[in-house]
Amino acid sequence: MQAFRQHTGLVAPLDRANVDTDAIIPKQFLKSIKRTGFGPNLFDAWRYLDHGEPGMDNAARPRNPGFVLNEPRYAGASILVARRNFGCGSSREHAPWALADYGFRALIAPSFADIFFNNCYKSGLLPIVLPENVVARLFDDVAAFPGFRLAIDLGAQTVATPDGAFVQSFDITADRKNRLLNGLDDIALTLAHADAIRAFEAKHLREQPWLA
Amino acid sequence: MPRQTLYDKLFDSHVVRRDADGTVLLYIDRHLVHEVTSPQAYEGLRLAGRTPWRTQSIVATADHNTPTTHWSEGIRDPVSRTQVETLDANIRATGAKAYFPFRDRRQGIVHVIGPESGATLPGMTVVCGDSHTSTHGAFACLAFGIGTSEVEHVLATQCLVTRKSKSMLVRVDRRLPRGVTSKDLALALIGRIGTAGGTGHAIEFAGEAIRALSMEARMTVCNMSIEAGARAGMIAADDVTFDYLRGRPFAPAGENWDRAVAYWRTLHSDEGAAFDTTVVLDATEMRPQVTWGTSPEMVESVEGRVPDPDRERDAARREGIERALTYMGLAPNTPITDIRIDKVFIGSCTNSRIEDLRAAAMVARGRRVAASVKLAMVVPGSGLVKAQAEAEGLDRVFRDAGFEWREPGCSMCLAMNDDRLEPGERCASTSNRNFEGRQGDGGRTHLVSPAMAAAAAVAGHFVDVRRLFG
Ligand code: SF4
Repeated sequence: MQAFRQHTGLVAPLDRANVDTDAIIPKQFLKSIKRTGFGPNLFDAWRYLDHGEPGMDNAARPRNPGFVLNEPRYAGASILVARRNFGCGSSREHAPWALADYGFRALIAPSFADIFFNNCYKSGLLPIVLPENVVARLFDDVAAFPGFRLAIDLGAQTVATPDGAFVQSFDITADRKNRLLNGLDDIALTLAHADAIRAFEAKHLREQPWLA
Repeated sequence: MPRQTLYDKLFDSHVVRRDADGTVLLYIDRHLVHEVTSPQAYEGLRLAGRTPWRTQSIVATADHNTPTTHWSEGIRDPVSRTQVETLDANIRATGAKAYFPFRDRRQGIVHVIGPESGATLPGMTVVCGDSHTSTHGAFACLAFGIGTSEVEHVLATQCLVTRKSKSMLVRVDRRLPRGVTSKDLALALIGRIGTAGGTGHAIEFAGEAIRALSMEARMTVCNMSIEAGARAGMIAADDVTFDYLRGRPFAPAGENWDRAVAYWRTLHSDEGAAFDTTVVLDATEMRPQVTWGTSPEMVESVEGRVPDPDRERDAARREGIERALTYMGLAPNTPITDIRIDKVFIGSCTNSRIEDLRAAAMVARGRRVAASVKLAMVVPGSGLVKAQAEAEGLDRVFRDAGFEWREPGCSMCLAMNDDRLEPGERCASTSNRNFEGRQGDGGRTHLVSPAMAAAAAVAGHFVDVRRLFG
């Protein structure tokens, strides 16, 4: 996976609760058998005025001027602040793939749906849970200050404004932090325990032979 | 021995190793695979020069992209076809315990064919690159959805890197009244705790009302756990479970069956086991449910009305309601039974099993789909469900009433194939998600039980199915 250590970037707000994975990347784009190229169709139904299908020239499609990511001030944003239960719905990893492909490196919300949260790490995308009032404040700051940026330091587990006036720490498990900081290959890490897996499996299938 | 929950028993019995920070390597017994979330996983495996760890754990099918009409013509959409053919090729190259490809007699929605083939058994860990994998928890399994990277991880290692969730007990006391189904129970629960109510939890459903449910109805409840935010839902094993499984192709037989049942009988929460959260519901208070918004928690009883945002004090919630009503094209305070519908979809992994079709057919029998309804379709969950329904004459009942009788698959649950709503169309659907655009761009979905969907088809608007039977 892609490593994540520190990142400073422009912040974009998505002011809706329960943003679901269908909204993040609509199903017609799930027919792809690749992992890349989903960025242009991120939030497709909100971002464009026409109906999107795979294979269209997205650059030529009419943009929805009312959608926040289409506002010039948020062009090049790499940190998204969102409301509660972001990423609910399906298990499609295409959702974090699309966010990462668009250019997002980190997401900040009061809560995320479980599977989505887990999937983010696999794409080197850092989902950060902050208290609801802190997220509310970030929404205010983003609106008030064009060009509002945040600096994220995974090692220190902090989100801060570049001038250091605002600093907020966040939680992450030691295991996830280590994998992300070092961009480790999950499968290789697990296969280092192949003997333990084999031993467990042999005993398990002996005890419950109908599972074999 | 401390008193354990069912979740403790299932989780702890699959731990290969545990790190100091609580990260666990969890062994996976059953890996269900479908065409949408697996191609990148197989490709990743190939690129890394790896091979699947235990192909006998894999049961695969093509369901999301497959058409529900004109099977003889194959899959017309070239992009969908490529995805299905990619699954064919991957399974051919690496193997599986079972593969039910497009047009196979036993093909169907992955969460329908797992249980019906006996590939889902109590005590298992079951994963699939699909959030509704929670369905299988009805069999006292630990079953949950995973992303594509994790599909690749399970293929390569037969394990997942995970952590134990918190536990939630949903106890449903007394019995559901006539005309109120497990779908209504699930929707009522989500209405109560919200779509994030179960986040970070594994839910166990228990209580008299749950014990009284058939396996089909239990699967519906567990299926919807994900809509309550929980990754897994589960129900203790009992005679209903064993009666369902006995004689299924992949279920154990003979002496193994007896041994298995002896073990399976231990798969329940110990008396007095502690849960992190407990929710108690009274089944006798439940009524048929209809969602009115764009999230499953936006739900009302059929006797109720569309909410009035002006009465919501919380600003964020008020905005959420307003946005949903605008999308849904509904005025505040409209009685639910005044909502007219354009289409009806009976199907999906939530409600496409034989019992669901029987319930819908009971309503449809001798009646006609209202002239104002453009399309009412019944999509069985699998080829075997379809065959069973036809053997019982249900297809005739539906056809005579003006419903279309289709080939099995996910169909208009997520509209990846040709079955979809047009912008602005309103649908009574037995599926599980009413998100914006879920059933087609601009489409408006109302989630209901199979009997309520059939009743809406006949009336042209929502009706209280309990009234139809007097
Ligand atoms: S029926 Fe719907 S919810 Fe179920 S697996 Fe298919 S698409 Fe997903």
